[in-house]
Amino acid sequence: MKTAVSIRNVSMSFPGKGRDEQIRVLENVNAQVAEGEFVCIVGPSGCGKSTLLNIVGGFLDATSGEILVEGEPVTGPDPRRIFVFQENGVFPWLNARENVGFGLRKRDQAERDSIIARYIDMVRLTGFENAYPHELSGGMRQRVEIARALAANPDIIYMDEPFGALDFLTRLKMRADLIRIWQSEKKTILFVTHDIEEAVQLADRVLVMSERPATIQEVVDIDLPRPRHLDSPGYLEKRDRIFQAMGISLRVGDSSAA
Amino acid sequence: MSSGSTNISVENAPALAPKKLTIWPPNPDALLWRIVRPVGMAVLFLTFWGLAVRWSHSDLFPTPGNVARGIVELIQKGLLFKYIVASLFRVSWGFTLAVVIGVPLGLFLGWYSRAFQAFNPLIQIFRPISPIAWIPVAILWFGVSDLAPVFLIFLASVFPIAVASVAAVQNMQLVYLRAAQNFGLSTGELFRQVIFRACLPQIITGIRIALGVAWLVVVAAEMIAVNSGLGYLIIDARNAGKRYDLVVAGMVMIGLIGLILDLLVRQLEKFDEVRWGYAGRRK
Repeated sequence: MKTAVSIRNVSMSFPGKGRDEQIRVLENVNAQVAEGEFVCIVGPSGCGKSTLLNIVGGFLDATSGEILVEGEPVTGPDPRRIFVFQENGVFPWLNARENVGFGLRKRDQAERDSIIARYIDMVRLTGFENAYPHELSGGMRQRVEIARALAANPDIIYMDEPFGALDFLTRLKMRADLIRIWQSEKKTILFVTHDIEEAVQLADRVLVMSERPATIQEVVDIDLPRPRHLDSPGYLEKRDRIFQAMGISLRVGDSSAA
Repeated sequence: MSSGSTNISVENAPALAPKKLTIWPPNPDALLWRIVRPVGMAVLFLTFWGLAVRWSHSDLFPTPGNVARGIVELIQKGLLFKYIVASLFRVSWGFTLAVVIGVPLGLFLGWYSRAFQAFNPLIQIFRPISPIAWIPVAILWFGVSDLAPVFLIFLASVFPIAVASVAAVQNMQLVYLRAAQNFGLSTGELFRQVIFRACLPQIITGIRIALGVAWLVVVAAEMIAVNSGLGYLIIDARNAGKRYDLVVAGMVMIGLIGLILDLLVRQLEKFDEVRWGYAGRRK
């Protein structure tokens, strides 16, 4: 399979409070994402997984190492690779329709309208085209952002804990819809989450990151058929493997393994 | 109760009992009360004013009645409308100029931090100088003409607008910027479609403050530099025969027009494109 994204020896450090103090966030991270693959990155909070995704997306420069997309080094953000933000990046001054059409400035009106209608329908927001973000629920705002990303027809979508601020039921629904959309649109998705269950439900492959300075300590293939059953032995086995890789006990109240 | 023989059970009583239009105890949120409170307060204020003038036996300070007659006199002479238009004309020019220059300047300085470094100390030194202090300079440069007050109003309102615009850009959420960069916007598109739009709620707040200041300054400027307008009316009525009824009439008109201007600018905050920026404060 063709490689879409390749992360090569990426290290990142930020200046600390003291003089000459450097906080090492990422240490020699290496990973590949194949074309059309759904890859999740999980790790403890504050381990630098969002930093890694921001480097991959071109918003931050790594201290050393490089990111290649289809063999070309990444120098900045690019409309062929759209980022979906944790804190919701839809523009509050545009309504749902205008947000979804934001990446279609160069298309003519008729084409733009048909693309907007298609993706509004895909994320199930028909009837809310004229609503402004502050009139929508958190889940609906994330749907607008996903539709905006898809409408721009990128090769790759980067998602940084996109469902982190949503309630449990909404999150489950959003995951199901995301898988449905990914299967029909055949995009490459690199998805950061701290939620292990989320990663096992979504991904073809899970990259497990360590504590800071973070590196990829284990790669878990989730070769389970979709739709996935959350109580199947295969699912539980994968989930437990990631729990173990992260050094988390499966018995609530047991701190010996932590 | 309609008749004593009918026995109304407890279960269906609420459904049968018509909703009574109670006058007592009063509902403190009723529309009536929301009108009665401010109107009542104003009536109370005017009554005390009138009584205070009568008790102090002042022969110069006018009662509310004198002021009302003064306003009628100004209308009959055709002066009131003329002076209001003259004042509004000066404010419109100075203020429009301030918006046209202040907003782009503020957005530019907020975005380019090196330009901000260069300009900010200068702005912070000019800003606390009262526009009133500029009156002699304005007369020197522009003479006794409409240009002098227009210049003073421009000076008074450009700083609140520019400073609000700078702060708006500097406090803009990073996520909007990153989303915009991700979609490959040119610098021009970035300013027009994202930075300006994201900052608009705060810019409008700056414009509201600036309009209030502009209205304060037009009156002060007209007292010295020109021979028409509400500020001129006040100083002229005092100088020409101590007509304090007309002085206060001028003050009342200034207050009322200030209120109307603020209500008009507030309408800008209700547009869908900016309403998100005021969430939690006003809906």
